[in-house]
Amino acid sequence: MTIRKYVKLGLSALALSISLSAVAEEDPIKVGILHSLSGTMAISETVLKDTVEMLIEKQNAEGGVLGRKMEAVVVDPASDWPLFAEKARELLAQEEVDVIFGNWTSVSRKSVLPVVEELNGLLFYPVQYEGEESSENVFYTGAAPNQQAIPAVNYLMNEIGVERWVLAGTDYVYPRTTNKILETYLMDQGVAKEDIMINYTPFGHSDWQNIVSDIKDFGSAGKKTAVVSTINGDANVPFYRELGNQGISASDIPVVAFSVGEQELSGIDTGPLVGHLAAWNYFMSVDSDANYDFIDEWIEHTGDDEAVTNDPMEAHYIGFNMYVEAVKKAGTTDVDAVKDAIIGVSVPNLTGGYAAMMPNHHITKPVLIGEIQDNGQFSVVWETPSTVAGDAWSDFLPGSRDMIADWRKPLFCGTFNTKTGKCGASAGEMAAEDAE
Amino acid sequence: MSIIRSLTLLLIAITMTVFPAVHAQDNDPGQTLLGNLADARPAQIEDAINAIATSGDVRARSWLDAYGNNRLSQVKDTGRIVVVLNNRGLDWTISDALTGEDLGEISRRELDRIPVNNLIRGQLDGIKAMLDLDAEDRDIRLASAESMMGKVEAPIVAPLEERLELEEDPKVRERIEAALAIYRVGEGDIEAVDVLAGSLHSRARAALNNAADSDDPELATKAKAALETIEQKLKLNKAAETLYFGLSLGSVLVLAAIGLAITFGVMGVINMAHGELIMLGAYTTWGMQQMLPDQPGLALILSIPAGFMVAATAGIIIERSVIQFLKGRPLETLLATFGISLILQQLVRTVISPQNRTVVTPEWMSGSIVVNDALSLTLNRMYVLGFALVVFAALMLIMRRTRLGLEVRAVTQNRNMARSMGIRATRVDIMTFALGSGVAGLAGVALSQLTNVGPNLGQNYIIDSFMVVVFGGVGNLWGTLIAGLSLGTINQLLEPWAGAVLAKIIVLVFIILFIQKRPRGLFPQKGRAAEG
Repeated sequence: MTIRKYVKLGLSALALSISLSAVAEEDPIKVGILHSLSGTMAISETVLKDTVEMLIEKQNAEGGVLGRKMEAVVVDPASDWPLFAEKARELLAQEEVDVIFGNWTSVSRKSVLPVVEELNGLLFYPVQYEGEESSENVFYTGAAPNQQAIPAVNYLMNEIGVERWVLAGTDYVYPRTTNKILETYLMDQGVAKEDIMINYTPFGHSDWQNIVSDIKDFGSAGKKTAVVSTINGDANVPFYRELGNQGISASDIPVVAFSVGEQELSGIDTGPLVGHLAAWNYFMSVDSDANYDFIDEWIEHTGDDEAVTNDPMEAHYIGFNMYVEAVKKAGTTDVDAVKDAIIGVSVPNLTGGYAAMMPNHHITKPVLIGEIQDNGQFSVVWETPSTVAGDAWSDFLPGSRDMIADWRKPLFCGTFNTKTGKCGASAGEMAAEDAE
Repeated sequence: MSIIRSLTLLLIAITMTVFPAVHAQDNDPGQTLLGNLADARPAQIEDAINAIATSGDVRARSWLDAYGNNRLSQVKDTGRIVVVLNNRGLDWTISDALTGEDLGEISRRELDRIPVNNLIRGQLDGIKAMLDLDAEDRDIRLASAESMMGKVEAPIVAPLEERLELEEDPKVRERIEAALAIYRVGEGDIEAVDVLAGSLHSRARAALNNAADSDDPELATKAKAALETIEQKLKLNKAAETLYFGLSLGSVLVLAAIGLAITFGVMGVINMAHGELIMLGAYTTWGMQQMLPDQPGLALILSIPAGFMVAATAGIIIERSVIQFLKGRPLETLLATFGISLILQQLVRTVISPQNRTVVTPEWMSGSIVVNDALSLTLNRMYVLGFALVVFAALMLIMRRTRLGLEVRAVTQNRNMARSMGIRATRVDIMTFALGSGVAGLAGVALSQLTNVGPNLGQNYIIDSFMVVVFGGVGNLWGTLIAGLSLGTINQLLEPWAGAVLAKIIVLVFIILFIQKRPRGLFPQKGRAAEG
C-alpha cells in the first residue's frame, strides 16, 4: 500500500517536472535538414547534414536564438528527386519546421521549389549552380556562374594566356547552362568558334581514352590550351588518371574544375593531379583564423583527424549564421518577417571577409583559384580583389540578359524584365511547368 | 708519418664540423637568396629563382625542388624559412631550409607558404632541366632534353648549343636539336623547319602550326608542307591508337561480363547482384592496400586470389540462402538478387563509408609505353587487357579440361540425366556459382586500377555485362570474348565523331536491332542444349 503510494507520488512528481520544464523552455526553433543520406548523392550530402547539426549544437551551446533552443529535424530523400518534394512537404506541413537547409543537385532543387513556394517555407541552398533562377523562398548561398566560372576563365585568359578552350562536362543541366554562358562570354571576348571544343559525357563516365587523346590533339595547334571542366563527381578520377597516363601535365594543358573539391580529392590518389586548378569561394587551406577554428570544430565533431571541409560546407556556415542574424533582427521566426530582415544581413565568411545577402537572394563571395597539391589540398594562386555579388540572371544568355531579381518591396519579383517592365512567373511555377 | 696523418684527419674533422656551423650563421648567402624569394613580388620571382639557380650553392637544387613542390614556408613569428616535410593533418613536420636541422612539428597556423604556381613551376622545370643536362645518367639527360621541347627561351639558347656540342648520345642530341629548332621556327628561321619536318611531337606540331600562320609567305608554305607529311603519319598512328582504346575498353567489358557468362550464360541464373560482387573484389584490393600500406604492388597481386575468394564466398552465401530456392523462377530470382544488390551497396556505405576509397596504382602500372611521339600505350590498360585474356584462358581451361567443367556442362545440358549418372547436381550448382562470382571478384581487382572504388561501382557495369553476354550468345564463353572486344571497339570508333553519350546510345540501338534479327546472339548454342 505504502509502496504504491510512493510510486504514485513519484510518478506525479515526475510528470510535474516534465510539464514544468516544457513551460520553462519555449518551443525550439525547428531546422529541417533535407540532404540525401543514402543513394548516389550520399557521398557529398552526408557531410552537409553533419555540418548543420554541428552549427546547431554550437548555437545551442551559446544559448540558442531569442532564448529558444534550436532542434534539427533530419529526413533522408535518398538521392531520389521526386522524394525530395515529398520530404520537403513532410518537413513543412507535418514537422512545421522554421527553415530548411538542403539539396545538392539542381534537379532536386527544382523538384522542391513548388512545394517551398506553396507552403511558404525557407530553403538555404549551399551548392554552386547554373543560375537562371530566383525564388522568394530560396536563399542561394552557393556560387552563381559569375562567382565561379567567369572569374576562372578570366584568370586563365589574363594570367596564363590561354587562347584555346575545351569545355568538358557531364551531360546535365548545370554543365550545359554553364558552358552555354561560357561559350557566349568567350566569343564576346574575341575567341574564334574553332578555338572552342565542347564535349559532354554521361554520369560516372570511366573510359576517357578517346576524349583525352582528342584534347591532346586539340592542344597541339600552337595556342595555349586549357580545359574548363564541369565534369561531375566520380567521373573526375578516371579523367585525371587518363590525363596523367597520356603524359599531359598541368603546365601543358591545365584543367580548371568547378566540381572538384577537398571532399572529392579525399578519395583519389592525388599524384597525377598536382598543379591542376579548381575555382571555388572557399578552400580548406585558406589561411584565416576563422577557418582554422571551423576546421578544429569540424574535426572534433566528426572525431576524424583526416576530416576535410569544403565549399558547400562554408556556404551552409554562412547561410546558417545569416538565418540566425535575420531571426535576431526580426525578433521572430515568422517566415515573411525573416525574409524581409535577411536582405542586407552581413556575416563573416571563412576566408577572412564578409558575406552579405543581396536583394536577389544570392550572396557576395570572393572567388579563389587553387592549385591541387600532393596532400589533397588546394593552394590559392589567385583571388578576386574584392567580393563578387551573385547574379541570378546571367548577362551572357539571350533572354536572361534583361531579367533581374529584387525581393525588396515594391518590386518584389524574381523574374522582372527590365525591357517590358513586367514580372514573369515565379521560380516554382517555372519548375513545375518544366516537370510536366 | 703517423703524426701528419692524424693531423690531416684532425683538420678534416675540424672543417667538417666548422662548415655546417658557417651555414647557420646570418652571413649564410642562402639566407639572402631565400629571403629574396620569400619577399618577392610576382614580377621579381623569376630573378629570385635565377639567382638561386646560378648561385652554385650545393643546396640550390633541393631548394628549387622544395619550392616547386609547394613545401617552402616561412614561420610567421620568426621569419625563419623552413621546408615542410609532411603536410598532412593539423601539425606539420618541418626542417630548417638552410641547415636541414629537424625542427619537429608545428601547427599549420604558424606557417606562411611561399607561393608557387604553374607558370613558376614551368620556369623551374626549365632551370632544372638545364641542370640535369649535365647528369651522368643518359636517361636523366634524355628526360631533361625532352622537357626542353617548347620551353627554350632566348637566354638558354647559347648554353644549350654548347651543351649540344658535348653530347654524344644520338637520341639526346636529336631532342636538343628539335628543342632548338622549335625555338628557331618561332623566331622565323626557315631552315629549322626541316629539322621538325618528320617529328610527331605535339610541341613541334604546335610550332609548325604557328609558323603556318606567319606573315612570311615562304615560311608559311614550307611549314604547311611539313605539316602535311606529319598529318599523314598521324592518321596511321591515330588508327592504331583507336584500335588500342577499343581493345582496352573491350577487355574491361569482357572482364565484367565473363563471370556473368558463367552464372547467367551457363547456369541460367539472372544475377542482378553481379555488379556488387565486382565491387567486393575492388574493396578487397583496397583492404589489402590498407594492410600493406608500403607495398601497393604486392597488395595488388595478393588481391587477385583474395578478391576471388571473397567474391566466391559471397556468391556461395547468395546461392545457398536465396537462389537455390528460386530455381526455374527467373522473375523472382531477378527481383531477389536486385534486392541483394541494394543490401550489399548500403552495407558498404554503412560499414566502410559512402565516400570513395583510394586505391593506389603501383609504380610499375602507371605511365605508358612510348611507341613514338604520337602513339603511347597506357600501361595500366595494357595490364588489364593481358589480365582479361589470362582470366579468359583459365576459364576455358576449367570448362574444357577439368572434371568440374565436364560436370557443369553435363548438369546444364540435362540435369536429370547427369544426376542419374551419379553427379551431385547441387554441389555442381554451388561450385559453378562460386566460380562465376569469384571471376567477378577478379574483375573488381582489375577495375580498381581504372575507375573509382565506391558503393556505386557495380551499378555502372551490370547493364554492360548483360549486354555483352546476350550479344555474344548465352552460354558461350567465346561469344562473350568476341562480343566484349567488338562492342568496345565499336564504341571507341564511334566516340570521336558522335560523342560519348550518343556513342553509347548507338551501340545500345545496334544491339537491340541485332537481337531482333538473331535472338540467340552472335554464337548461338546448337543442338539439344539450345532448346532448353
